[in-house]
Amino acid sequence: MSDNGPAGSWIGPAPTAVATYNPILAALTDAVTMSGRSLRMARRNVDVLLTSLLLPVLIMLLFVYLFGGAIETGTRYVTYVVPGVVLLSAGFGAATTAVSVTTDLTGGIIDRFRSLDVTGASVLAGHVAASVVRNIASTVLVFAVAYAIGFRPSAGPLDWLAVAGILVMFIVAISWLSAAFGLLARSPEAAGGFSFLVMFLPYPSSAFVPVETMPGWLHGFANNQPVTPVIETLRGLLLDTPVGASPWKALAWSLAILVAAVAASGVLFRRRTA
Amino acid sequence: MSGRLMVEASGLEKSYGAVRVLSGVDLQVERGHVLALLGPNGAGKTTTVRILATLARADAGVARVAGFDVVTERRHVRRSISLTGQYAALDELQTGQENLYMMGRLAGLSGAQARRRAGELLAQFDLAEAGRRTVATWSGGMRRRLDLAASLVGQPSVIFLDEPTTGLDLRSRQAVWQVVAGLATSGVTIFLTTQYLEEADRLADRIAVLDGGRVVADGTSEALKGQVAGQRLDLELADANAFDEVARRLGGRAVQGDPGRLTIGVATDGSAAHVRALLDEVDPARRAVERFAVHSATLDDVFLALTGRPADRPSTDDNESEKEPAGV
Repeated sequence: MSDNGPAGSWIGPAPTAVATYNPILAALTDAVTMSGRSLRMARRNVDVLLTSLLLPVLIMLLFVYLFGGAIETGTRYVTYVVPGVVLLSAGFGAATTAVSVTTDLTGGIIDRFRSLDVTGASVLAGHVAASVVRNIASTVLVFAVAYAIGFRPSAGPLDWLAVAGILVMFIVAISWLSAAFGLLARSPEAAGGFSFLVMFLPYPSSAFVPVETMPGWLHGFANNQPVTPVIETLRGLLLDTPVGASPWKALAWSLAILVAAVAASGVLFRRRTA
Repeated sequence: MSGRLMVEASGLEKSYGAVRVLSGVDLQVERGHVLALLGPNGAGKTTTVRILATLARADAGVARVAGFDVVTERRHVRRSISLTGQYAALDELQTGQENLYMMGRLAGLSGAQARRRAGELLAQFDLAEAGRRTVATWSGGMRRRLDLAASLVGQPSVIFLDEPTTGLDLRSRQAVWQVVAGLATSGVTIFLTTQYLEEADRLADRIAVLDGGRVVADGTSEALKGQVAGQRLDLELADANAFDEVARRLGGRAVQGDPGRLTIGVATDGSAAHVRALLDEVDPARRAVERFAVHSATLDDVFLALTGRPADRPSTDDNESEKEPAGV
């Protein structure tokens, strides 16, 4: 403590307040601040960081080298499976958002944020933005390793741009859904359960094996679940084959999930913090 | 903004499900004053603070903080207050500097202002050295100081402190007291809750005693002590028989008694005549009382008289370790 305690000078010159208070601008500024916070913390959370970077790569190696030989897809298996692994890792990475959100809610910090008039949307947007950055990093890593083991996409610059767009939309949607789940969970451990759900969703799809090889009763689900059009789009764009309506279906799914998740999280945040 | 009162609450009621937590709380705090809301666990202290800090809504009643209605003018209230809860509101994975910087940005400071403010506060709270390390490596007392510093980033005019020293060891507690006392002299209005009489006695201009969801007493420490009895006559008795005998004669007038230590206390005005009369009354044979002493009544006496229960003491910290995991 300084000699006269903090009293002496803590009331310094008043900070120049923003002249005209604009709630939208304030919420955006807060969201940027919260993103910085979430990213800093993600970078220092070494366990989670290593898991989210290495697990996708390990899963890809597992599929390519252990299962790949036994799976007939019409192309080299690494070529077939990379879009699925990218999607799996994006979903898994996004799902950890739930844990961060629940951790915030079970500590005291959410009350401090609220007493600073930070909206729930800004807090969640910060987590989602951090999730997007994290997952772009792990996706780039997966592509790099895939290239090293023989993945040779034939996509042009525009295709790559479209791949990035579709992936980011999907990551944003799943991250926000995950955030909504984090608002429901009572403990960070429970919130971790969401990862499993998202982790398994790509399996009954065309991610790792062609749908035709699955039992007939699963075709309906596998062909129409949200993950399938995303994978079909990625595969088509990367391998330069026709994609049909898949990109639009993928965008529609992502958008629908996002809208539902944002609406649900608004309600859940108010209920959870009342 | 109404000039004099920074906190005004009347008729606050709140239930969680079937549990009635507040049943009509009235409170007023003048500008620049320190109010201690004193009460045992479960009295409704935290709920009261959450309502005043706009984090919870009362079922009934109205409250104004810094002149603004806590429901209809919530945003204005939030820009005038800060809240430090029972759990340290800090990110363990950020450094002290980063925590303060973040709070500054959220409080509406520019990047440069927030950085400067963080530096000032770290220096003032004697945390400059530790400020570059992540909070995960800090002791409980340091965290609590940082938590207080964080609440000052936006230069609030009303500061809510919910049990600021629960779970802290004596040294950290005294450091927090020093900080709060310093704040009080700077003209800010402070609303603090505590279970500790000593804390309320030391820090507060006024004390409101909350019990069972109601304010059962409200006044200065002196006034509250006066409300029970100005003075207390403590008797030290010869043996267990003497204790029983004196306790029987005093009946409900005994304000405290400890059969193990053979002591018993009774209210008095402190005059020689009254003390002499009391001694003659309880010990006509002049054998039971070995020694006596006259004390000013403590807040313990007040609490006991008002709520029918003794107050918790700081020494009961061990029982509360589960409430404040960051405590050291």
